Amino acid sequence: MTPAMSTLLPFSRRRATTPTMAESEKRIAIEGIARRYPAPGGRTTTIFENLWLPIRRGEFVCMVGHSGCGKTTVLNILAGLEAPSEGTVIVDGQEIAGPSLDRAVIFQGHALLPWRTVLGNVAYAVSSRWRKAGRAEVEARAMKAIATVGLAGSEHKRPAELSGGMKQRVGIARALSIDPKILLMDEPFSALDALTRGTLQDEVRRICMETGQTVFMITHDVDEAIYLADRIVLMTNGPHARVAEIVENPLPKTRDRTQLHHAPGYYALRNHLMDFLVTRSKSLAGEGLPPGYDPRNPPVVRPALSEGDAAAITATGPDVRRA
Amino acid sequence: MRVALGLRAGFLSLALLAAMLLVWQIAVGGTAKTQPMDPEYAALMGATATTGRSAMPGPLDVGATIVKHLKNPFYDHGPNDKGLGIQLAYSVGRVALGYGLAVLVAIPVGFLIGMSPLASRVLDPFIQILKPVSPLAWMPLALYTIKDSTLSSIFVIFICSLWPMLINTVFGVASTRREWLNVARTLEVGPVRRAFTVILPAAAPTILTGMRISIGIAWLVIVAAEMLVGGTGIGYFVWNEWNNLSITNVITSILVIGLVGMVLDQLLARAQALVTFPE
Repeated sequence: MTPAMSTLLPFSRRRATTPTMAESEKRIAIEGIARRYPAPGGRTTTIFENLWLPIRRGEFVCMVGHSGCGKTTVLNILAGLEAPSEGTVIVDGQEIAGPSLDRAVIFQGHALLPWRTVLGNVAYAVSSRWRKAGRAEVEARAMKAIATVGLAGSEHKRPAELSGGMKQRVGIARALSIDPKILLMDEPFSALDALTRGTLQDEVRRICMETGQTVFMITHDVDEAIYLADRIVLMTNGPHARVAEIVENPLPKTRDRTQLHHAPGYYALRNHLMDFLVTRSKSLAGEGLPPGYDPRNPPVVRPALSEGDAAAITATGPDVRRA
Repeated sequence: MRVALGLRAGFLSLALLAAMLLVWQIAVGGTAKTQPMDPEYAALMGATATTGRSAMPGPLDVGATIVKHLKNPFYDHGPNDKGLGIQLAYSVGRVALGYGLAVLVAIPVGFLIGMSPLASRVLDPFIQILKPVSPLAWMPLALYTIKDSTLSSIFVIFICSLWPMLINTVFGVASTRREWLNVARTLEVGPVRRAFTVILPAAAPTILTGMRISIGIAWLVIVAAEMLVGGTGIGYFVWNEWNNLSITNVITSILVIGLVGMVLDQLLARAQALVTFPE
């Protein structure tokens, strides 16, 4: 990107005033993780390295980056399904060692067990969480989760009888049914049509706000990230992917998906993210990071709104202003 | 008027059967020329030479024999004269025992091999070499070591049923979708519960396919095995009737063997439909 273009952006690229998060605020701390694979010729291929990222309690974090930057691997490491080649992940002050019922995963391909009904799939999770629970209690909890995602009445259907959106709802219900502390989502809506995706985004946002979930989500969809996330983590292209920067979402916490594109600052934010994906994710890759780049404190972009946007926000009331 | 496909197919099948029976009846019904011969010589030559009639029975003869067997399937007049029902029961019993043993061995062992890539590679050469061996080739070894003909035939059934089930179980278990296993892992499901709640249902259709192939092979092999070991069973019955030159009984046995084989296959097909899940 040319320097001239950056001046056009209504963003100030300044270091956050409090670069470190207080220990007590952290739900998750990703500390210097890397993923390396042996490559032919005795060398190693590094997918990503030196990745540091703290996540607050109740925070919604989206990770955005191109295929091959190791996003899914980061999520799998958080889930405990894979071990990092280096570094650790600390959840609630404890280093993780494998999967846990505290961290629920919503898989990209919904991953429902096709021989079980909707109720059976959710009940499987519930009975894994509460091993000694009786059948009635398990079913009651499962039904509650199924009702939360709006599938009451379909509980005796098998996954094959459901549409893609309904299957993904079951996946969400299964994750919610175990009362997790953390929700991990791997492009959960990427296989859905735009209309279904929008509805499910609304539901996920509502549920996360209500239950105060800490969420880590991977997405390709810039609009999805803007709508859902408090912070958006931008990854450079792999191999040797790094956190290029962390964008703090300036949009008010109460968002309306249908009005989102009218929100002041929306286009500036969207353009910034698109520019990153189109050009900067590539130009920053490898050795392209700016001098003084500190992987433990990657640049935090706090959007300072353009004058027009600032005026618009002031007009709607100061309470919605976040930055 | 459009008639249902099933009805039309059934009608055509019956028509085809009738046509074949007719051709059969005509083919064996004629009489050849006979030459006058010395009565003593004629007694040696048998009915074909003296009357000119074919020794091959017609469908009516076979039908009469079937009716006779159906009327009294379970009589026992000594070692060489038992009812068809008794002979079939012996064969089905042997298959059930050998096949049952094979199920008990192949499915657990296949499970372990399927879950361990190392075990899979270690045992693969043995399986690959033993699998193509005709089960009857094991017969002398079985007779020598077990020293009992009935047990030997059960062993032969066991060994021939083992491989398809073992290979299919290994394949089914090893190809359980990673995402389903990951679901179990994120739910902290222990290995035993995971085996029964994820891997077994996921592999069940493949395992049942192996079981279905095995029951077919077992039913093929039992006839041959019983011809070798003798004594009882439908295979022995066929060979005994060949020695009696009772072609009618041989044809009857062929029909009965086919029917029982079809029933066994259909039973497994039902079981397979029960565990198959739509994706």
